[in-house]
Amino acid sequence: MDKKKQRSVTRGIILTILAIAIGYTVYAAVTKDKINIVQAGAQAPDFEVVDLHGKKHRLKDYEGKGVVLNFWGTWCEPCEREFPAMTRQYAEFKDQDVQIIAVNFAQSEFEVKKYVANMGMTFPVAIDKTKSVFTAYNIGPLPTSIFIKPDGTIDRIITGEMTEGEIVQYMESIKPE
Amino acid sequence: MNKLLCECGHENPEGTTLCQKCGSPLSAEEKSKKIADMRYEGSAIRSKTYNKSIIDKVWNFFSSVKVGITLIIINLIAASIGTILPQEFYISVATDAEKEKYYSDVYGWFGEIYYALGLSDLYSSLWFQLLVLMLGVSIIIASIDRGIPLHKSLKNQRVKRHTNFMKRQRIIGEGKPTETPEQTLQLVEQSLKKLKYNVRREDDSILAERGRFSRYGAYVNHVGLIVFIIGVMLHLVPGMYVDESMWLREGETRAVPGMDGYFLKNDKFILETYDNVPQGEQIKQGVNVVAKNFQTDVTLYKQKENSVPGQAENLEEVKQYGIQVNHPLKHEGYAFYQMDFRLNEIRTMVFDLTNKETEQSLGQISIDLTNPQEVYMLENGAQVELMGFYPDFSGFKEGVPQTATQTPNNPAFIFKMITPETPEGETSFVAIQQTLEPEGDNIYKMKFSNVETRHMSGLTVRYDRTIPILIVGGIIFMIGVAIGSYWNHRRIWIEQMADGTIRLAAHTNKNWFSMKKDLDSLTKHAHLPQYVDQQEIENNEHVETEKDGKTL
Repeated sequence: MDKKKQRSVTRGIILTILAIAIGYTVYAAVTKDKINIVQAGAQAPDFEVVDLHGKKHRLKDYEGKGVVLNFWGTWCEPCEREFPAMTRQYAEFKDQDVQIIAVNFAQSEFEVKKYVANMGMTFPVAIDKTKSVFTAYNIGPLPTSIFIKPDGTIDRIITGEMTEGEIVQYMESIKPE
Repeated sequence: MNKLLCECGHENPEGTTLCQKCGSPLSAEEKSKKIADMRYEGSAIRSKTYNKSIIDKVWNFFSSVKVGITLIIINLIAASIGTILPQEFYISVATDAEKEKYYSDVYGWFGEIYYALGLSDLYSSLWFQLLVLMLGVSIIIASIDRGIPLHKSLKNQRVKRHTNFMKRQRIIGEGKPTETPEQTLQLVEQSLKKLKYNVRREDDSILAERGRFSRYGAYVNHVGLIVFIIGVMLHLVPGMYVDESMWLREGETRAVPGMDGYFLKNDKFILETYDNVPQGEQIKQGVNVVAKNFQTDVTLYKQKENSVPGQAENLEEVKQYGIQVNHPLKHEGYAFYQMDFRLNEIRTMVFDLTNKETEQSLGQISIDLTNPQEVYMLENGAQVELMGFYPDFSGFKEGVPQTATQTPNNPAFIFKMITPETPEGETSFVAIQQTLEPEGDNIYKMKFSNVETRHMSGLTVRYDRTIPILIVGGIIFMIGVAIGSYWNHRRIWIEQMADGTIRLAAHTNKNWFSMKKDLDSLTKHAHLPQYVDQQEIENNEHVETEKDGKTL
């Protein structure tokens, strides 16, 4: 009788190990394009960008504050639609220690400066000339907004356009206590 | 658990066909055969022993050879379906919509169906991976299920076997030795040792064995396969495998995807063609030029220690290299391959500030589309202000020019031309083959002069740490094949009765011819009675009865 139990246990263990291996492989395969270390809950990769006024912004220096990282391009219509709302909310949240940094996809300074002036964007805008921050955050479609908590972990990643209500809600959730 | 009690008194687990102690047949089926089925030594295949709990049922499903073979066939069919049309990763279009269009444009309705069914990305589809993994599970479980009982029974072989076992072997012999009966067993031992057999003797019985390890060939083989599958699975573990593609324009420096802290600059893309007059096959196939060389001259840079993404200043040059097809740039396990190219993207546009009436030029401005300036000064006091730049002009929305993408496929500009004649400035919208003058007729126009273009190179970055694992898996696999194919497991049982009669039986898993050669030499040297091959006799009988049937 003992032998039989032992056999069941052995088989059970082997099958469990195999099931875990399969489960992991399938999970990794399915989420391969989405994750790449950068995912909600993970530590946001540190980066440094220089905005249009020549000011350096390093993520590490914003520790203790919430950071919204917005990836965009001038040709991207949904980006254009959400900028007015972001500009409004930036005015609200700036004093509550939530920073917005917009990172442009390697376009020319001329285009970006004109665009920013036209849109009346007040938050810092930087151009990622070498696509280095885009690569580090594994950014696909635009816009993508990454909400980073005061402790430097990623609260959520939003791909696509956000409504003003959503922007408020998400910014609220990364506000320091 | 039911036990099968053999006539010798040994208790065998359920499912055993040959008693594990004496070798007598146990099942009715086995008893009806004239020659014993020696596969797995007649031991109980584990999965066939019990079939009660869910664990056992799952186990039994995967251990079945039928299921295994079915899985192999399904895998083969699925994998071959993926080769009918090129897979998505061979097609250089980005979005899903473009892919869909590509398949329907190039392959018609078949391509449409192929894409709709997801067969265009078959190898990374969930169901295909599940199939491969199920095959892997089947290999592992079947190996454990059969390998362990086989190993146990090979390890615990008895020297002395029951008459029933001996008589039911394919090769048997019985009779008095032709000379010196009292020395026979010593002679047997001697000559078998000379033939490199492992000889064990117990009283008046001898078991001689050779090449037992060949029985493990199939299992070694399976281990190799499993190592291989594990290697492939490790592709998905971060840090083990990188396969990224990147477009790099001439003059552009960008971060290398999948290779943290490295930057690559495209110094120049070179496309060389053979400078020949088309002839023969070339004309038949409508080929005008034949490419000789695709090459991207690149410089690889590395960020300083402790840098973070975005810090592109202070890059240190690592190396310069001309990447050609099959000559990748290699660095620390990473390799950059030349995969694709696009020629002649507009880089610089040159315009003449021209008086519309007199056609007189006030000078030229050259706009670098990667870095347009706000103001272009000309001699003689004229200047051109750039009010807007739209790299891929797609029309107006509420009077505002729009750009569809960031690439200069269809550049458009808004200029403000300030000349001594027009100090207030005249505004003009200029696109390819289109000029708009929103504030009425202008005196001046921006006359397109020429363009400079640059090429784009498509590179693939690869990094694969799993290759050693795949190689090891492959080597183990081949060793398994060799063990199983080039060696065989030969056994000879010999027993001397009290009256001096010799009874012998022999078995091999393959190569009966060599087995018989060994026996011939043994028979001669130890003066043993002549052996017979029961299967040959049986076959001959069959042939004879068939012949009889024909003549009748």
